[in-house]
Amino acid sequence: MTFFDETSEAVKTEPTQVYISQQWKYEPSPLINCGFDPSGNYVFGTARDFALVRFSLADGAQKVYKGHESWSRGMAFTHDGQHIITGGCDDKIIWWNVNDEAEAPAPVRTVEAHKGWVRALAISPDGTLLASGGNDNMVRIWNVSDGALVREMSGHVKDVYSVFFHPSGEFLMSGDLAGQVKQWETATGNEVRNFDSKDLHTYNGGQKVDYGGVRSITMSPDNNMIAFSGLYKATNPLGAVNEPLITLFDWEKGEKVKSLVMDNVKGILWRAEFHREGYILGASGGSGGGVLGFWKPEEEKAFHQLKMPDTAVEMDLHPDGVQVATVHYDRHLRISRLEKKPEEPAKEG
Amino acid sequence: MKCTYACNSAEHTMARRQFLGGVLGGAVGVVGGLGALAQPSFAEQLKKEQKRVLVFNMAGGLSQLESWDPKPGTDTGGPFRAIPTSVPGTHISELLPKTAEQMHHLAVIRSINTRQGDHGKGSYEMFHGRRQTPGMVYPNIGAVMAKALGSDKRSLPGHVVVSNSTGGRGNNAAYLGPQFASISVGSGQPPNNSARPDGLEEKADLLRNDFRRQVNDQFTARRRTAKTDIYTQNYEQAISLMNQRDVFDISKEPQAVQDRYGDSEFGKHCLMARRLLENGVTFVQVSHSNYDTHNENFNFHLEQLGEVDAPFSTIVADLHERGLLESTLIVMLSEFGRTPNINKYYGRDHWGNAWSVCLGGAGIQPGAVIGKTNDNGTAVADREVDHGHLFHTYLRAVGLDNKGSFNVGGKPIPMADPAYDCIEELII
Repeated sequence: MTFFDETSEAVKTEPTQVYISQQWKYEPSPLINCGFDPSGNYVFGTARDFALVRFSLADGAQKVYKGHESWSRGMAFTHDGQHIITGGCDDKIIWWNVNDEAEAPAPVRTVEAHKGWVRALAISPDGTLLASGGNDNMVRIWNVSDGALVREMSGHVKDVYSVFFHPSGEFLMSGDLAGQVKQWETATGNEVRNFDSKDLHTYNGGQKVDYGGVRSITMSPDNNMIAFSGLYKATNPLGAVNEPLITLFDWEKGEKVKSLVMDNVKGILWRAEFHREGYILGASGGSGGGVLGFWKPEEEKAFHQLKMPDTAVEMDLHPDGVQVATVHYDRHLRISRLEKKPEEPAKEG
Repeated sequence: MKCTYACNSAEHTMARRQFLGGVLGGAVGVVGGLGALAQPSFAEQLKKEQKRVLVFNMAGGLSQLESWDPKPGTDTGGPFRAIPTSVPGTHISELLPKTAEQMHHLAVIRSINTRQGDHGKGSYEMFHGRRQTPGMVYPNIGAVMAKALGSDKRSLPGHVVVSNSTGGRGNNAAYLGPQFASISVGSGQPPNNSARPDGLEEKADLLRNDFRRQVNDQFTARRRTAKTDIYTQNYEQAISLMNQRDVFDISKEPQAVQDRYGDSEFGKHCLMARRLLENGVTFVQVSHSNYDTHNENFNFHLEQLGEVDAPFSTIVADLHERGLLESTLIVMLSEFGRTPNINKYYGRDHWGNAWSVCLGGAGIQPGAVIGKTNDNGTAVADREVDHGHLFHTYLRAVGLDNKGSFNVGGKPIPMADPAYDCIEELII
């Protein structure tokens, strides 16, 4: 989801110094998803009261957009920065104006997208296509400019949890509840191959439930590795007893090369993202609370973890590569910074 | 949290040989006239006169908000929408679209307050209509119905639990006697050990049983007791069951019918339940698991009710089309509901204070909605009822005197907790 700012001078981050710099509370409801707009001026959150909330990074000022008839999990931004697109559990995809200053911002465009929740959205690298995945096991591609359906792909046998465009734009990846990740050819919709990340799925025979899924997909800056996040060790799915997991695959070979785990954390790794500096960061939430984790791809265990004040349910990385947004059950959107915390000036007297 | 109430738990799972042993050791039947049940005219009469009960146990605690009492757009409503049903003005969760089309055959009670959040106690209360009392063991609803509706006069066991176990007999009939305790069958196949052994020819089997009867008659002529009667009746019921073992075999159904029930375990169990009911079994229980969704309540209800909706709506429609619905009480219950509050794991926790049960068929006002909860489902707002009211209502719905008693060793014991009464407005 992140649009790195290629024009500005990149700041070298210090993930082991990460700290929470700001937090804003959305009073009406716990939050579900979050994302920085390409300009980096705003961070948007979706909430359990069906709202889309725009937070100004400058001062935390909030603008509420209402239009979905349910929760929304999918979120993407057009490359021109004009529109945010949300995908809801009401089966709809809605386009909104990022800079809408109306008292009650209205949807720009609404598309009935899936028979079942829209769980994930992604914009193609050239900015022309929008991909969606939903509970009807379908993956669909839409024109960003007019919302027209371009093509649809079937093949998943469980709910589609995540979608991600390969940085070349040539391929679209989609991950499902069963831990299967399909590689589609964007131009044709043909399935190229399947990545079997079954470690991210559990069927519990005692409780008779499927659990887990590919919650997010990310790719290394050199495009040699692709990573999927979610959970494993799900000994009690109904009781939230599970641990966060990243499965790392070699892109060329399509083979799993490593599992990345957290130290003594119970939860789901809702999102993982490769930072442009080559490490992976991710947000875990669950019975172990909220934790930001940082991994080197070559090491199994996280090299740093930051315990957060409340369980986290989503994460996004700012275009500057320094700020990280997380949303939480306690209705807060928090901004963490991947650098050393400035020293507070000494108090006089 | 330890989940020990799934339908594959130890209490539902018994050794293979226990099934036939259970039949032999428990059921009370009628020796004569068994062949008459196979006559079409008798079967038609049976359909019209015999009352039956079908209970769906949604193990773990089905969320009322994701089923019968949705509150979309409120702080407790969650992501699912409410959809209209075949009853004007009545909406249920979008997770049950096919069931919504059958709601004119069903009714909903939305105002249950059992004040119970414990799995074991909640299940006991919902299946017994009473709170557990030290020193007193009561029969559960299956045993009560099997006894009160005269299942001991029929050829097949009167109290059957359809599960994924391979057979076994429950310990749930208390003072009514083991012949009314549940027998577990499952997997869509005839019960284990119910076929005549390959090495035993039919003629030899008949001679063997004739000889047993002859010796038995000689013995009972001089030393007949209640125990010898049960022994005799159990043998005869077992023989009858063996002769009707196809009843348990859902592969005997046309493929199109099997397709309508679907390939899931629950679908197969529903189809078997229908076959058992239409062949004279008094009480059938089907379980579905698991709804104890402290974590990811919405994903799990999506999966679980996705399995339930088509088979459940199909059996309701099938019973109606076959003329059996007006004599068959259907109840879909749980041990409790789930909290209106959505916790930090997208879960809902145990909640007995404001939840729902769906029922329909025999004696029940079709399309009725009894009681209501407040705007966000946190409390009962009208016509509060408890498990005891439900139990009385089940009895009345099938034509029994809910204030009646069983005679146990000369002592009358009320069939239902006398502290409660029937939900009168729900009864036709």
